[in-house]
Amino acid sequence: MAINILMPALSPTMTEGKLAKWYVKEGDTVSAGKVICEIETDKATMEVEAVDEGVIGKIVVPEGTEGVAVNAVIAILVEEGEAVPAGDAKPAAPTPAAKPAPAAAAPAPTPAPTPPVGGSAKTHEGGRIFASPLAKRLAAESGLDLAKISGSGPHGRIVKEDVEQAAKAGTAKPAPKAAPAPAATKEPSAPQFVVPGEATTRIPHTSIRKVIARRMTESKQTVPHFYLTVDYEIDALLEARKAINALAEKSKGSKVSVNDMVIKACAMALRDHPDVNASWSEEAMIQYNTVDIAVAVATDRGLVTPIVRNADLKGLGRIATDMKDLAARAREGKLKLDEFQGGGFTISNLGMYGIKDFLAIINPPQAAILAVGAGEERVVVRNGQMVIRNVMSCSLSVDHRVVDGALGATFLQTLRSYIEQPATMLL
Amino acid sequence: MADTSFDLIVVGSGPGGYVTAIRASQLGMKTAIVERELLGGICLNWGCIPTKALLRSAEVYHLMKHADAYGLSASGVAFDARKVVERSRKVAGQLNGGVTFLMKKHKIAVFMGNAKLDGVAGGLRKVAVAGKDGKSTALTAKNVILATGARARELPGMEADGKLIWTYREAMVPLAMPKSLLVIGSGAIGIEFASFYRTFGAEVTVVEVMDRVLPVEDADISAFARKAFEKQGMKIMTSATVKALTKGANSVTATVEIGGKTQDITVERVISAVGIVGNVENLGLEGTKVKVDRTHVVVDGWGATGEPNVYAIGDLTGPPWLAHKASHEGVTCVEKIAGVKGVHPFETKNIPGCTYCHPQVASVGLTEAAAKAAGHQVKVGRFPFIGNGKAIALGEAEGLVKTVFDAKTGELLGAHMVGAEVTELIQGYTIARTLETTEAELMHTVFPHPTLSEMMHESVLDAYGRVLHI
Repeated sequence: MAINILMPALSPTMTEGKLAKWYVKEGDTVSAGKVICEIETDKATMEVEAVDEGVIGKIVVPEGTEGVAVNAVIAILVEEGEAVPAGDAKPAAPTPAAKPAPAAAAPAPTPAPTPPVGGSAKTHEGGRIFASPLAKRLAAESGLDLAKISGSGPHGRIVKEDVEQAAKAGTAKPAPKAAPAPAATKEPSAPQFVVPGEATTRIPHTSIRKVIARRMTESKQTVPHFYLTVDYEIDALLEARKAINALAEKSKGSKVSVNDMVIKACAMALRDHPDVNASWSEEAMIQYNTVDIAVAVATDRGLVTPIVRNADLKGLGRIATDMKDLAARAREGKLKLDEFQGGGFTISNLGMYGIKDFLAIINPPQAAILAVGAGEERVVVRNGQMVIRNVMSCSLSVDHRVVDGALGATFLQTLRSYIEQPATMLL
Repeated sequence: MADTSFDLIVVGSGPGGYVTAIRASQLGMKTAIVERELLGGICLNWGCIPTKALLRSAEVYHLMKHADAYGLSASGVAFDARKVVERSRKVAGQLNGGVTFLMKKHKIAVFMGNAKLDGVAGGLRKVAVAGKDGKSTALTAKNVILATGARARELPGMEADGKLIWTYREAMVPLAMPKSLLVIGSGAIGIEFASFYRTFGAEVTVVEVMDRVLPVEDADISAFARKAFEKQGMKIMTSATVKALTKGANSVTATVEIGGKTQDITVERVISAVGIVGNVENLGLEGTKVKVDRTHVVVDGWGATGEPNVYAIGDLTGPPWLAHKASHEGVTCVEKIAGVKGVHPFETKNIPGCTYCHPQVASVGLTEAAAKAAGHQVKVGRFPFIGNGKAIALGEAEGLVKTVFDAKTGELLGAHMVGAEVTELIQGYTIARTLETTEAELMHTVFPHPTLSEMMHESVLDAYGRVLHI
């Protein structure tokens, strides 16, 4: 019997992905567990394994195809000698099993006043969204856009519960009426300011770019940020680092970076302030029982935030090794799902670019992100005397729903004690 | 030597177990089923099916006695209890054979005997089967699904003796029709037997501890059904308790407390139908993480127990205790085990319930009272059988279709019916609930004329003040 191989949903937020590479060709025999293709998802490149054995009868979605909807048929597996049933070899994009990609199928509530100019936007054939009558009515009454709700019913059909979840989470709000969103825009909620002209080049968005755009917009628009900036003196920290690395050199261990030490210091401070290691939800405050720190890593494809789990329990050496490995694999796009999903706090360090100080956007659903600037020699005043110290500016962006000003300040004070007296973070 | 190593062992072959085994086999699992008595379980051999055969005999008898109303004449209308029972047993026998065939067709290994969980070896669950022949067989499987069902609850001091005091089991195979009968409990089982024996002429008294018959149904339906039963000559005592049963030579005297007073009722036979208890004994659950709450195994929406790779479904688990619930739960469970995509956990609000008394009762979803208690503002529609052409033509103008909608969203919260053939009609509303239709789609749906189903349309219209035929 022919088996349809479907586009897997590799993360809960994934609605579509790019079929980056096929490792098999039509006629190849596969066994369960064999890697058959590579899919570029929201944040990473993942390998997909066959779950059944058989012969690849037909590759439905060619490699390099973007915007392949979850649950679309990507290939057909047949038994030895079996022909591919004609009816099954339908193209992937418009299968009812596929969830309409938010951008592609989203009819902006206000139709575009002008037709898109030179856009290459793909539209779903028919543009039909499968939703139960009750779900449609509930969405209409709560002013939610069905195109932004993912369905959990049969074949991705949107049911009552999905709309209720979306209403609770505050997602799926339709685009603001004032913003004319041409149908061609990838992000219906983002007003389009650019008038494409002759002298522009259009570069199609990667899935990771779309996720960054969506999440950052959502964060800046829905999370009430406030900012606290401090200067930390890091002479002692640099001394400690020098001593640790001298030892590491002897024992051929991983060298510890300033950032690794900031990770450790933040982890210790979060352990002291569990109310910062938390997330807002309408019903209750959600505190994380473990200290997991996401660290922003720049890659060619965009920003990725791998997570150092249980950072408060790990030694500096272990954090350094973990971070090195995570960053390397983040750059190759080889992170596993659980390595970049979750985390209770994020650190973003632009010190290596000579940035003195900056304000970061919170990575939802986390409640805070620390922006770390460059460590540099600055003149400071001590007992009426000008002295030179190594100073590092840090700015904390905080979700005011979770953390009030005084608590944020106290957290930074605690962080100071760890950074300026690095021996305490080893306790 | 038969094969003893499987992907899945299903314990119990009732409508839960055997359907689960078939689905497992379809999903490519090497499957075994263990049964201690008869393939098909209680439902097929001693429950749903043979009682429907009995009730069909009662219905035909009822029609023959009322032949005159249809312009027909029939004289010497009589029955032979032995033959009525014989037909019922034949029907059960035929279906039992059907299950045997289905097991063979799906290459499911059948073991006759009592199964017991017997620990874990090499990552596999061990199950010991004590065969009827005294031989013991050791089986292993990756997963085990328990589907051992339930049995009649016994009231202390009023245990069934099989002669004067019956459970469903004896009530199904009477040697003769008793002249008088007391039924304790007015749930589906009690009321069906009360209806059956009343139709064949027994003086039937029903004692119910709650304040109405069929207490799980909507209050309007309970009241309607009670009136219909009393019109047939059934005696119904609600908010009443049987305090004691005193057995005579061929009679039983029941002491019934009602309204603070006690009275004695002497009858030939008593049927005890006061609920069920789960068959949780001798399954080797002791020392496992399987949790038992008041004789039923606690499971999540997928049938998982606390013990890894041990699942439970059907009457052995929580309510509603219905065959179709067991089957569906089993399919959900086994699909989840197999990793089938898009499997949904079990939604009990979409399980219809049917009682095959005369008039029939069927329902799905929330009662009006339950909907209000859950905080819904409701719109309620009612349509009586007397307003339906087909019902009048059938000579079945007694009945009611009631629908309950959420006033805000138009969600069909529940549907409740009493009257002829409603057990065949309820499926329409069940699909409506599963598909999450609102009143709008139900109003737009064309119902064929002349059918009883038109009343389902009218009831919806009534909820929105648009009823046509009353």
